[in-house]
Amino acid sequence: MTDEKRSAAKDGEVVGRRDFLSTAATATTAGTMAFAGIGIARMPKPGVMPGQSASAKIGPPGDFPEGDAPIPVPGKNLFIVHHADGVCAISAICTHLGCLVAPTPNGFDCPCHGSRFAKDGGLVQGPAGAALPWFEMTQAPDGQLIVHTDRTVAAGTKLKLG
Amino acid sequence: MSGSIVGPDENTPGKLADDEGGTFVQNLRRLPVLAHNATFRTGAATSDRARMLKVFGNLWMHVHSTRIHVRSLRFAATMGLGVAALAAFLVATVTGILLMVYYTPSVEGAYASVKDIHYVVPTGRFIRNVHRWSAHVMVIAVMAHGLRVFLTASYKKPREFNWVVGLGLLAMTLGLSFTGYLLPWDQLAFWAATIGANIAASPRELTDALGVTQYADIGGLSKTLLLGANEVGQPALVRFYLLHVMVLPLATVAFVAVHFWRIRKDGGLARPTDEQLRTRGELPEAPENPHRDAFPKGSTKTYGLMALVKGRTPWVGRGPENTVPAYPNALRAEVAVGMVVVMICLLLAVLSDAPLKEMANAAIPENPAKAPWYFLGVQELVSYSAFMGGVALPGLAMVGLAFIPFLDREREPGGVWFSGHLGTRVFVLSALLGFVVTVGIEVLVIRYGWLRNWFPDIHQLWIIAINAGTIMTAAFAAWSFGVLRKTRSTRMAALSLVSAVLVGFLVLTWIGTIHRGPNWDFFWSQSEWPKH
Repeated sequence: MTDEKRSAAKDGEVVGRRDFLSTAATATTAGTMAFAGIGIARMPKPGVMPGQSASAKIGPPGDFPEGDAPIPVPGKNLFIVHHADGVCAISAICTHLGCLVAPTPNGFDCPCHGSRFAKDGGLVQGPAGAALPWFEMTQAPDGQLIVHTDRTVAAGTKLKLG
Repeated sequence: MSGSIVGPDENTPGKLADDEGGTFVQNLRRLPVLAHNATFRTGAATSDRARMLKVFGNLWMHVHSTRIHVRSLRFAATMGLGVAALAAFLVATVTGILLMVYYTPSVEGAYASVKDIHYVVPTGRFIRNVHRWSAHVMVIAVMAHGLRVFLTASYKKPREFNWVVGLGLLAMTLGLSFTGYLLPWDQLAFWAATIGANIAASPRELTDALGVTQYADIGGLSKTLLLGANEVGQPALVRFYLLHVMVLPLATVAFVAVHFWRIRKDGGLARPTDEQLRTRGELPEAPENPHRDAFPKGSTKTYGLMALVKGRTPWVGRGPENTVPAYPNALRAEVAVGMVVVMICLLLAVLSDAPLKEMANAAIPENPAKAPWYFLGVQELVSYSAFMGGVALPGLAMVGLAFIPFLDREREPGGVWFSGHLGTRVFVLSALLGFVVTVGIEVLVIRYGWLRNWFPDIHQLWIIAINAGTIMTAAFAAWSFGVLRKTRSTRMAALSLVSAVLVGFLVLTWIGTIHRGPNWDFFWSQSEWPKH
């Protein structure tokens, strides 16, 4: 590239043919690589999450006797509490770093970093920063209870059994 | 017919026959010599020039410069820590490939295959132990090497870039270690990986508190990328395996290559000038004829790459002073360090077995679920705030370390521990401060609890902003700023900050390792843990 052409491009009046082509080629290459990069980066993020279905039947209400004590559901990280005015599902996954909380007389304790939760899942002691969420519950036509772990409800929302 | 095997210098053994064709039997008889000459392009190293050629003419030796300064060979200059880190990496690579022969990266098969390696495979237990110990040695060596480079001010211009590459290697070393932790698929692995993945997801703590998680869920994205699912399971095992045996080792090799190449291009190891070294009594007075040792009589050329190295132009017409050929001097030192590392790994492997707990069970959390010891400082911090302790403060530490050489204002050639007496004092005082502050805040938190105990309904943002970790950080930053004001030296400020953070990290690691038990409660010793 001669100095003459370089200066012509610098003045901003004329973009030299070589300047234009090399800039265009660079931009095209960069664009292509960026586009390929997006494609490459997209693949490791799954479109469908493997694992259990978010909504699942957990059994008829009779499996969960009425009372104050939270009842663990085998294979699910949640507790069912069957009060006189309805049933509710409280998550067993600590909101701090994902360990499973254990029921105690006063609520739930996390074994990993000592977070404590009240009987309704409310936060009592950190390091967790949030209460244990409640999941929406419905009843299937065959009478079985369904828990929707992808839908949380406000604490205190219970499913009234007919 | 004339032979084409020509040794590049007159010292080649068997030169008599080299360029002569010989009979079939003659050629067969001198096959060992011919094969040797074909493999090693240079002959026996009988002179300094031949020794330099040995380095110059060999791909593997050529990571060295042909000559090396005597100061750089002193043990106190490097303590061999960088080479030790590489040696540990090589040991881990060889043993890791061996383990891959039997290991199965599946939820059903992983635990059984590791058990097989431990109890059935010939030498399996020993190789697994060596692999595990070499990983520990590598972590220690990399950290200690970084500390050595910092304390001797060897990160300064023109070595800023290599300092940052080194930080990248530190991150990869920790990544290799963390990904390897999950693979046995035992209880400890499963729950440590669960906690690790949720630390990756902990930016949610901040975005939740600000109410913007649905727009920018950085935490959720990193957790999804790491696990490939919502929980630790088969997809997570495959991803960790892939990272552990493929992605991270390849990246480490690439970074190591750049790291070594830049040592050469940046002018070898940082060291004071020869003049300063003489004043310090580390070098004898200049010899009258410096050419004498460097170049044997009759030499007409030097074989160095000095002209391509950044920095001052080398003297013309004079031999390089106070240097010795890298072969065999540097090589001998490196092999010695490598042998010590291998010996340590083998000894530890004989003395102590790599642990294997019960098979992973997603229904029963391990209590306490402890990560490897070098993550327990961070685990102690996450017990105050997941996001601050697990992401923000470690990230800040890495960024801060990367910034040090760029914010540096003083110029010194480097290579002197603590940059002299003032630095030593600053370092010791800051270490004391780091100890007092860290122990103080830990005692306060362990005895009296923290904000959530005093104000149960406090907004989480307060706890993210004010917790043991952030208070320590703020105290150290303030102290370092004070040192900067007082000494007017960025080097002293950096020394004080690194010293305090280092001691803080060690104290937290100690507490996390020794004094934390079930429910992350404080215990003086493991014998006090409740029986269950």
